[in-house]
Amino acid sequence: MNSEWFTDFWRYRELLYFLAWRDVKVRYKQAALGASWAVIQPLLTMVIFTLFFGRLARVPSDGIPYPLFSFCALVPWTYFSTTLSQAGNSLVSNSSLITKVYFPRALLPAATVLSGLVDFAMGSTFLALMMIYYRVKPGWSFFLVPFFLGGMILLAFSVSMILAAMNVRYRDVKYALPFLVQIWLFVTPIIYPIAFLTPKMKRFLAFNPMAGFLEGFRSSLFNTGHMDWSLVGTAVIITTILLVIGATYFRRTERSFADIV
Amino acid sequence: MPSRFDENMSQAIAVEKVSKKFVLGALQRDTMLRERLISMLSAPFRRRSAAPNVLWALRDVSFGVDAGEVVGIIGRNGAGKSTLLKVLSKITYPTSGEVHVSGRIASLLEVGTGFHEELTGRENIYLNGSILGMKHGEVAAKLDSMVEFAGVAQFLDTPIKRYSTGMRLRLGFAVAAHLDPDVLIVDEVLAVGDAGFQRKCLNAMDGLRSGGRTVLFVSHNMAAVENLCSRCIWIDAGKVVMDGAPREVIEAYMNTFANARETMADLRSVQNRRGSGEIRYTAMEYLTPTGEPLRVVRSGDSLVVRFHYHAQKPIVYPSFGFRLYTEFGTLVTDTSTWHHGIDIPLVPPGDGYVDLHIEFLNLLPARYYFSLWITGAASPVHDNVEHCGQLDVGLANVYSSGRMLDNRSGIVFFPQRWKVDEQLMAAVGPKAEEK
Repeated sequence: MNSEWFTDFWRYRELLYFLAWRDVKVRYKQAALGASWAVIQPLLTMVIFTLFFGRLARVPSDGIPYPLFSFCALVPWTYFSTTLSQAGNSLVSNSSLITKVYFPRALLPAATVLSGLVDFAMGSTFLALMMIYYRVKPGWSFFLVPFFLGGMILLAFSVSMILAAMNVRYRDVKYALPFLVQIWLFVTPIIYPIAFLTPKMKRFLAFNPMAGFLEGFRSSLFNTGHMDWSLVGTAVIITTILLVIGATYFRRTERSFADIV
Repeated sequence: MPSRFDENMSQAIAVEKVSKKFVLGALQRDTMLRERLISMLSAPFRRRSAAPNVLWALRDVSFGVDAGEVVGIIGRNGAGKSTLLKVLSKITYPTSGEVHVSGRIASLLEVGTGFHEELTGRENIYLNGSILGMKHGEVAAKLDSMVEFAGVAQFLDTPIKRYSTGMRLRLGFAVAAHLDPDVLIVDEVLAVGDAGFQRKCLNAMDGLRSGGRTVLFVSHNMAAVENLCSRCIWIDAGKVVMDGAPREVIEAYMNTFANARETMADLRSVQNRRGSGEIRYTAMEYLTPTGEPLRVVRSGDSLVVRFHYHAQKPIVYPSFGFRLYTEFGTLVTDTSTWHHGIDIPLVPPGDGYVDLHIEFLNLLPARYYFSLWITGAASPVHDNVEHCGQLDVGLANVYSSGRMLDNRSGIVFFPQRWKVDEQLMAAVGPKAEEK
């Protein structure tokens, strides 16, 4: 039974690709500025953050120029937050598919998680250009970057499954979603380095796996030398737990999707 | 897995005691997370009041379909047909019972599922094909054939938001027609589109049938069911009412419709009539040749129309006649006892009737109206009632081909035969989209 769920998912991998491809195509066809949105959004946020937090509030940035410091975290964060809001609605907005044809329902949030990576790649390219501009060289720890990205993608998928399934059942989830994303932004070390916090706050922040992944992403990219492995370990454990919870909850509710969506 | 399934390997579909319950009230009450949280906080131990409105869309439905069978499913709207198809397609799950489908299954509950307005025709073909379970390579190999079928070659790279409804339908059906499933489940796709499109659909289904595929389809087109299906299942209120040969099941089903309708039209209260009134029509009714009330009239049927009258005094040499009009007022025929050379010397005062025997009703399916008249010997009009009787002629498999005839095909049809030279039939032409 359990394995059937996974083999079915595997059997329909081509559809996963097509759904993700559709998301990407449609997004770029509808937007006037097309692909540039993927860069503009984190770029503008970075400019605002640099003005208010870097210049005015003088938030420390681990010795890295503040624009680069915040943009480096904003690119993965933008991916994460847009994925959550889009994947959270993925079942409801594809109700015509769900009620008309069979496929593993988890493909829909999964496709959103996948299609966001195109935007992420574009943001990353811009990030690389910025690093060249600021003459910041990535260190030896650069090879750890994919690990943190992978963790973030899994986390996005886990939370997306929970949100998407809840959204089918409870119609007010979509109003709570932007709020959730907003709060999550502030409890994640994007604007500030984690070293900026008191030990007590740090311990509290450890429950946010994004904190571990983003801090790890930034540290390994810039080789700041103070990788907080306990924070990263907690993030991995919590993500695993969320993945199990997400998959279980999704599996238990997906049978009724077509009836109530 | 129950052993029963293993015993019968040729069974393509096995449905065992399937029930599907929809809880109407509870869902509406609990759609807000906010409310759910509040109720959990304020009364965490209270069982939520359970008096939900339960609807059984399917109740204890069991049947098996052998590989290669073509089964039509009929029933009124809301009878549970679509729910059954959805359960078979794994879109929705039964509350209890089991469904087993063997082989590659494709369900076509809608034409063009997942089409996206912004994507081009070509892109939508790939997307739709993938949604329906085709592999990328398979779609690529059949692309040309699909495009030809849909007739959208020039617009292949145009977003389908610029397509007409008809083009979209054709594109969707083109993809569906190239599916190669072991079991095909189809819901009322024949209800949409024009006559030409419907013909294409029927041809494609016929192709599947001759290819030995198992097909299950819901339709309101009784002629198509009768001709295409080897078996017919009638569902009402979530239960299988009848399962058997299409002809019998359809007849039984059609009869229930007519039960609600009068088979006799009372004409006594009709005010709008001309004539002396010395003799008047009081009623007309439709009977079978054996004298039973006839509830459903279909093209090609034999029937008796009985005209009841009441004479106030003795009437000499009356002539009973009628005119038949189409719904749009075209006169189909005007005929009477006098035309047939029947001279009735005297009708005594009181009630009586005359019967009109029709051996073979060669009217095409549509609604018709009777206007009735009685004249006397010296041609005074005794009675003339316009548009008093309604005759609904139902769809029938007139030419035994399953191909549809309706009021667009004209008013009447004749017993006829086509003769096409055998050489013509034997010639091998290019792969035609319509066989």
